[in-house]
Amino acid sequence: MSLSAKDAILERICRANGASAGDAARRKIVEERLAGPPRGIIPERGQLPPAERVDLFVKMAEAADATVKRLASIEALPEEVARYLRDRNLPATICMGSDPRFASLDFSATSVEVTMGPSAGEDLNSLSHAEAGIAETGTLVLSSGPANPTSLNFLPENHIVVISPASIEGAMEDAFGALRDRWGDPIPRTINTITGPSRSADIEQTLLLGAHGPKALHIVIVE
Amino acid sequence: MQITSPQFRQNTITALADKDLQRALANVEKGFIGKRQKAVDKLPEFDALRDSSVAIKEHTLKHLDLYIEAYVAKVEASGGHVHFAEDAEQARQIFLDIARKRNAETVTKGKTMISEEIGLNGFLEENGITPVETDLGEYIIQLRGEHPSHIIAPAIHINRDQVEADFRRFHTDLEVGRDLTAPELLLAEARGVLRKRYGEADIGVTGANFLIAETGTSVIVTNEGNGDLTQLLGKCHVVLASIEKLVPTLNDASQILRVLGRSATGQEASVYTTFSTGPKRTEDPDGPDEYHVILLDNGRTNMLGTEFEDMLRCIRCGACMNHCPVYHAVGGHAYGWVYPGPMGAVLTPALIGVEDGKLLPNASTFCGRCEEVCPMHIPLPKMMRHWREQEYEKHLQPKPARTGLGLWAFFARRPKLYRAAVSFVVPALKLLGGRKRRFAALPLAGGWTQYRDFPAPEGRTFMQAYKQAKGRPEQPARTETKH
Repeated sequence: MSLSAKDAILERICRANGASAGDAARRKIVEERLAGPPRGIIPERGQLPPAERVDLFVKMAEAADATVKRLASIEALPEEVARYLRDRNLPATICMGSDPRFASLDFSATSVEVTMGPSAGEDLNSLSHAEAGIAETGTLVLSSGPANPTSLNFLPENHIVVISPASIEGAMEDAFGALRDRWGDPIPRTINTITGPSRSADIEQTLLLGAHGPKALHIVIVE
Repeated sequence: MQITSPQFRQNTITALADKDLQRALANVEKGFIGKRQKAVDKLPEFDALRDSSVAIKEHTLKHLDLYIEAYVAKVEASGGHVHFAEDAEQARQIFLDIARKRNAETVTKGKTMISEEIGLNGFLEENGITPVETDLGEYIIQLRGEHPSHIIAPAIHINRDQVEADFRRFHTDLEVGRDLTAPELLLAEARGVLRKRYGEADIGVTGANFLIAETGTSVIVTNEGNGDLTQLLGKCHVVLASIEKLVPTLNDASQILRVLGRSATGQEASVYTTFSTGPKRTEDPDGPDEYHVILLDNGRTNMLGTEFEDMLRCIRCGACMNHCPVYHAVGGHAYGWVYPGPMGAVLTPALIGVEDGKLLPNASTFCGRCEEVCPMHIPLPKMMRHWREQEYEKHLQPKPARTGLGLWAFFARRPKLYRAAVSFVVPALKLLGGRKRRFAALPLAGGWTQYRDFPAPEGRTFMQAYKQAKGRPEQPARTETKH
């Protein structure tokens, strides 16, 4: 019988590299790298102390066309959501997952109507909680699951994302370092890193916000 | 897709005469070069990250079989499937099997160049399955029945007014009076139409910028969010990727991402970098039920261990074509297959054969800008020279070029004869150049003089001028005076 495509391809790679299939030293190099990923080059601006890190995160997120608001406590979040929607003349509705960090939220003092669960495509506004932030680029890291359904990151036109300043890391490598243990193995089905609202420059290289994903991204940093 | 690379010469003539194309191509320089430079200037570590990225890819290629094995084990452990395809035909069949098992009728697609390489759309249509491109640029060219002319800006060859005309032609429910004169109105129209398609799809297809061995993850980098919706809302997610997309770990991908976004669109980070591992989990409220990866070789293992191995480091950022004077002049379609510009000039002969692709490595002035901006330090001009050597060795060049080169080589190997000949030719040309000191037409060089004049020599050969200068005392160095 002829070799399977897999065997044939792997065999050719092995041969081109002048290696034998049973080469233990080669295997060890690979296993070690997978078990202890090297960090590589981390830009200086990705290595700031925590306080400056949050400032850089804000600056970079705003440069990527996100808006940012800082709140002293999570209790103030419903009013901030209501204000954001009101200021932009948006309907007072919000779609969100079952994140336990939102369990204590009380929207009853606001006019905001809350729906729970993933988006079917009709929701205009959504609320998510980020797992981490990356100061170097002003990037949010979100992971899939019932707490924060991935559809909320892409289908609504306005996405509000809450993040804790303590979870803002300097660089992407640090964010992965911090999350690997929490995620376990396998890591969540979808991990989204998000830097600003969606955009396209496919027509004559003219940059337009709000391509297929959200037109607006609002980040709320909650102490 | 039909290969027209052997007709490169004719393609360029058509492209140069195409007024719409020439108007659109102005956007390449306008849209990419300055933005990239700005982003690079803002990151002092950019060059160090380039070196780091090159080292990662070199290490991966040296151990690629083992990283693929590790990757497959992780994909399977997370509930996904990996299929190996030797060539385009196998990849298409694997895809069709997956589609048949799911009774698929509609397939949504994020941007994938491997799909172009295996000609997936045409094949699906032949088999009664409807492919729907969801990237704005890809959607526009799908309506027009065209192929991408750029690897990251597929519709860069089209102008806004042409898009408007296409939308009016194909979106038949559009009211006649509807204003579509601004790009944002066109985007809103496409967004509205495509929105409905994501959830209807039986399969969502994406490419991959990286495959990560550590976690069994495929990664896509997008700005629009269409690829993300495609792989999230389709009932089954199929990833099309070639074997050199492997990197060992999440950290390695993070390193390369820093040079990718900046080199491609001049962004510090692309809007969405999405990591997908297996199908949705039992507790997940959204995500695909099935996850497949089709891993394509299609000639790449044959490049390993050869003078073309460096090409396998390519991360498809498009910087080489964005900076290429030949690409600026003729656009991507002239190259006649999937990959245009300098990276295409090197990759195409490797994938479709030097017989069909031989003209592309000749489509270079060797100005070196492609290599200068390549984030992966791929020596593109050097590899184009390797192809030219192969072309020469295989006697694939046209006869006049061969004869001309042979004649030149004869003189070049005989310096005395060479000098005697040119010391006769140069003054003669000066004389013939007349008062204008240039030629509007030259025998055997009509193609060259059609677009510019040939300057007449000054009267002395280089060696004559050099010898005379040697007899003269050196010019004193200029000293700066302060006022």
